[in-house]
Amino acid sequence: MSMQLEQSPTTGDEVISNYTINFGPQHPAAHGVLRMVMELDGEIIERIDPHVGLLHRGTEKLIEHKTYLQALPYFDRLDYCSPLCQEHSYVLAIEKMLNIEVPIRAQYLRVLFAELTRISNHMLNIGAHVMDVGAMTPNLWVFELREDTLNFFERAAGARMHMAWFRPGGVHQDVPLKLLTDIGDWLDGRLPELFGDAMSLVLDNRIFKQRNVDIAVVSKEDAIAWGFSGPMIRAAGIPWDLRKSQPYDVYDRMHFDIPVGTNSDCYDRFVVRVKEVYESAKIIKQCLAEMPTGPIASDDRKVSPPKRGEMKQSMEALIHHFKLYTEGFHVPAGEVYVATESPKGEFGVYLVSDGSNKPYRCKIRPTAFSHLQAMDFMSKGHMLPDATAILGAIDVVFGECDR
Amino acid sequence: MATLHSAPRFSAIEGLKDTLATALSAHLVEAGEEHGELSFTVERDSIEDVLRTLRDDFDYQQLMEIAGVDYPARAERFEVVYMLLSLTKNNRIMVKLAASEDTPVPTVTTLWPNANWLEREVFDMYGVLFAGHPDLRRILTDYGFEGHPFRKDFPLTGYTELRYSEDLKRVVYEPVELAQDLRQFDFMSPWEGANYVLPGDEKAATPPVDEPKTTESPKQTGAGKKTDAKAAEKVSKGAPAEDDSGKADAPPPEPTEDRPSRKPRKGKTTDTKAATQPKAKKAPTKKKPAAKKPAAKRATPKKKDADE
Repeated sequence: MSMQLEQSPTTGDEVISNYTINFGPQHPAAHGVLRMVMELDGEIIERIDPHVGLLHRGTEKLIEHKTYLQALPYFDRLDYCSPLCQEHSYVLAIEKMLNIEVPIRAQYLRVLFAELTRISNHMLNIGAHVMDVGAMTPNLWVFELREDTLNFFERAAGARMHMAWFRPGGVHQDVPLKLLTDIGDWLDGRLPELFGDAMSLVLDNRIFKQRNVDIAVVSKEDAIAWGFSGPMIRAAGIPWDLRKSQPYDVYDRMHFDIPVGTNSDCYDRFVVRVKEVYESAKIIKQCLAEMPTGPIASDDRKVSPPKRGEMKQSMEALIHHFKLYTEGFHVPAGEVYVATESPKGEFGVYLVSDGSNKPYRCKIRPTAFSHLQAMDFMSKGHMLPDATAILGAIDVVFGECDR
Repeated sequence: MATLHSAPRFSAIEGLKDTLATALSAHLVEAGEEHGELSFTVERDSIEDVLRTLRDDFDYQQLMEIAGVDYPARAERFEVVYMLLSLTKNNRIMVKLAASEDTPVPTVTTLWPNANWLEREVFDMYGVLFAGHPDLRRILTDYGFEGHPFRKDFPLTGYTELRYSEDLKRVVYEPVELAQDLRQFDFMSPWEGANYVLPGDEKAATPPVDEPKTTESPKQTGAGKKTDAKAAEKVSKGAPAEDDSGKADAPPPEPTEDRPSRKPRKGKTTDTKAATQPKAKKAPTKKKPAAKKPAAKRATPKKKDADE
């Protein structure tokens, strides 16, 4: 960390000097490449200027040069901790423009795996947050669970992290029955045991509470004004969850609760996430119980490609397959803004089509943007080590923030 | 059209479009609805008033996003789109305005603090200016970056690339050099109304000339006598194939009509592989030690032939 001495302009006769330090861009508690220029008065944070964009890859520009299907894998690489939830917004946006029906089994599968992604994401964030404030063991335990979810993804999609499994019109391929039963066993056994053990170390821990309770308290009014969403707005006591209020796929059939905070501090944000894991488990169980059999992708062959086996037998299927994987499908001109509840908050896609096979414009609404710019007012007056706790409770991933 | 898709369903409010259109009528350019989403295009200079009305009188408490879009063909090429969300009414609307490079848009940081970074991003990516913004710096691009990368006339590859120079021991910026061009496929079908000239078609449109060029007489070749004489000469003197060796040409091959036709294939199976290869497969396993003998027998007559 480079340090430079700076004369405070506000002091009169006494000379009190403020330090300006760099937090990041290479700092283990910065959760990626975040550079924060901090002005400190002793150990008290006076001002924070987050510099983002160090991971900017121009995803939105790249998407403009790809067909709709080719652009899909970019969404895995935005928030690489919750890939399927990003895909969810994108495929729903395309489906909204095309107005195509998704088979009910595909909707269940999407909800199931979106919730599994939520658990996966929260495992990473909970572990990282705990480690940022000094505890080591719980992180190692919840990473075991994260590993399990990644294995489930691998069994469904073939890839552990960048699945590209949600497709316009459904999902890419069906899941084996054994996978569903294994997920059910995991939800009944390993998840509550291991997660419960890990959280029993943390939730009532004196040190953890000292580091998090009453840190970065945000009022309801501020949370709304700063455009908070997801666990951040729920911790502020506002029961706002897009899965409930603006349901998509089969979320309207699911019965689950929205955990809200009372104090709106870092501890509440943490607990909201912990509770959400159990709610996600509830949703997955309902999906497993109710999921019907049937097709897993739309039968509209102008959007959803035929399976490979069919392609080998039928000339028409071959033509469709070829056209969809070279030219892709054309989306009627228009524009939509579709936002879903990603584990980190509202993840939105503003899609503009000019009627061709490539998006004219694809604006991605990252969750981290509004949360991270509130960093300055949330940290003001707190101590330097609190910055890591605040950052951990925001749950920021720079692949998504910088795009 | 019936709604078939399963995208997020927020509450549709009866007559909302007309209500808002009347409330904003002083500033409204156009009100539209697409896929159940309302959008209001308003005059650029009144954006702050419009959004304040929507926030305070119509409960659109949250500004979720500001998106820039570039339409180079328009007189005011940029479109700035504000996404508003009402938590109490569970509704979303879009508010749009048009801007160009040199017409600043009034900032809305006065209404929502999070508009700060959102406007910085639009400025960074498109170069739309926001009047009254407290801190209009670049946000996502590199320190010292020039240009606005999301404009449609900005190349996908950019203009500079960077690498670590071992000589200078630091990162250096260089103009982009691509080993291979970016592949941009054109998927427009000529029968679907693509309006461009296919390669070679431009010749079809050339008008016929008055005097077509012909070479009916030597004069018309335009080469002259000397050249004509030279053209008859051989280029290389002794091309070996052309020289007469004095020997008779090779005899024609023997006629084939008298040869006995091939015996019909044994076995009933239609599978050629099984019919032609069964013996070859079994032979090496069973008769391995004896395999050398027939080979030796065959070798002896060959030697004799050579001696003769």
